Amino acid sequence: MTLSLDDVKRVASLARIEISEDEAQQMLTQLSGIFSLIEQMQAVDTSGIEPMSHAQDMMQRLREDVVTESDQHLLFQSVAPQVEAGLYLVPKVIE
Amino acid sequence: MQWEIVIGLEIHAQLSTRSKIFSGASTAYGAQPNTQACGIDIALPGVLPVLNYGAVERAVKFGVAVGAKINSPSIFARKNYFYPDLPKGYQISQYEIPVVEGGSIKIQVGDAEKTVRLTRAHLEEDAGKSLHEDFHGMSGIDLNRAGTPLLEIVSEPDMRSSTEAVAYAKALHTLVRWTGICDGNMQEGSFRCDANVSVRPRGTETLGTRCEIKNLNSFRFLEKAIDFEARRQIEILEEGGHIRQETRLYDAQRDETRTMRSKEDAHDYRYFPDPDLLPLAISEEWIEQIKASLPELPEVRRHRYIRDFGLTNYDAGVLTSAREMADYFEMTVKQLPMQAKLCANWIMGDVSGRLNKENIEITQCPVSPGQLAGLLLRISDGTISGKSAKDVFESMWQGEQGGDADAIIAAKGLKQISDDSEIERLIDEVLATFPQQVADYRSGKEKAFNSLVGQVMKATKGKANPGQVNSILKKKLE
Repeated sequence: MTLSLDDVKRVASLARIEISEDEAQQMLTQLSGIFSLIEQMQAVDTSGIEPMSHAQDMMQRLREDVVTESDQHLLFQSVAPQVEAGLYLVPKVIE
Repeated sequence: MQWEIVIGLEIHAQLSTRSKIFSGASTAYGAQPNTQACGIDIALPGVLPVLNYGAVERAVKFGVAVGAKINSPSIFARKNYFYPDLPKGYQISQYEIPVVEGGSIKIQVGDAEKTVRLTRAHLEEDAGKSLHEDFHGMSGIDLNRAGTPLLEIVSEPDMRSSTEAVAYAKALHTLVRWTGICDGNMQEGSFRCDANVSVRPRGTETLGTRCEIKNLNSFRFLEKAIDFEARRQIEILEEGGHIRQETRLYDAQRDETRTMRSKEDAHDYRYFPDPDLLPLAISEEWIEQIKASLPELPEVRRHRYIRDFGLTNYDAGVLTSAREMADYFEMTVKQLPMQAKLCANWIMGDVSGRLNKENIEITQCPVSPGQLAGLLLRISDGTISGKSAKDVFESMWQGEQGGDADAIIAAKGLKQISDDSEIERLIDEVLATFPQQVADYRSGKEKAFNSLVGQVMKATKGKANPGQVNSILKKKLE
């Protein structure tokens, strides 16, 4: 699979990452490198091997349904750029 | 051309856990903004999600209740999109292998029963809330809801009218509350519907282009939005146009749907398995244990009420629309097994009416099932008339005489006169007082008879059994 400059820009826009033309070019080179690595791995014969969804062959541990967290919003909000009435303020976004 | 409407629903049920799906923060509704959003919920660097046992248990409970396959393992995935009330920049959901797959639910439409197939039900976390009121031109973000466990229940496109869609949504609403996995509070957003609607010429098999309608937070809006949307699509097609696949928003004030986003700018969610979470395994023993813990389901009870108590399909459906109501009915009918229809009528009529008026739940009903049975017993054995029974019920509601029907009947002197000689004496008096009516009746005016019955009932202050009065009066006039 080959990646185009437009693909890079589209992914950047979906992730809301602002990149310049130069950076996009650089990303394209780096990402293409990663893709060729993936292609090499794809070439390995994996027939007869059950696909894994996680690198570790283990199952998810579950926690008991109890409330263990206390209110720390003042601490968390001390590093927020803007706060009012307990709310985080962000540039207006309406979908 | 005849058109057929095709509907599938996606329902988000908020699971009734104490803590969030991946963190130990509380899920209680209505807290001050951001006081229940911990480091995991607000996506501080370095935190790790740990799955809540209670959320998984509830998802499996649902799966077992609808006869679905429980996948083990199932996989959590990241659904990536950018929005300020989604702190991580992705929602943890399930994509390729959901915890619940398949299953079905039966719905009642009129007297017909129909099966709606389920595609899947998967676990996911809710997002926070954006408040767009004016904060100096900015939006306020409350992340208390972020990380609340949801079960997204997806149906097959099996419904053919808004009535069927509402019946399905209601059946699901009953089931999730019945099994206790969700409180079903629609005002608080615990049970939310999205509808996929398309139309096609009747008799064809290919599905038309669909539109998804969001923001349906009541059964009435669900019905109206589908009706509007189907009309809109039919109009476009009849004018030779094409339907554009898009997401639409229902506006309750204007009773219309409008474009939210089209397919071209639809999200590309770039799903991939979440490396923070291992696959979820659910053992056979756990499934069996949950199966054994399930209460008798509404559908089963409905059929039992029809079979054992001879109730109509409709009555049985109403009584099993909530577990609390069904339990109330059973506790009442247990004491009056031969009077199931009378019990059903009273619970669906006077009791429900009074509860609605006070806006309280049946669990808070001041008249207990035992007390109600005491009243109904006195109706069925002829001690009091149906009319007096309503007065007695009101007194019981007010807690008079400790809510005891017999004590209230005695205190108010409502006992029907069943003694023939007493009724005969009163009838003789009436006949003597109204010779004209007697003459009218004897000359063939049937109406005069009713007027005489009315006079006798008046003389007994409504305490005589009308049937008894009728027959004695008829005998006397012969």
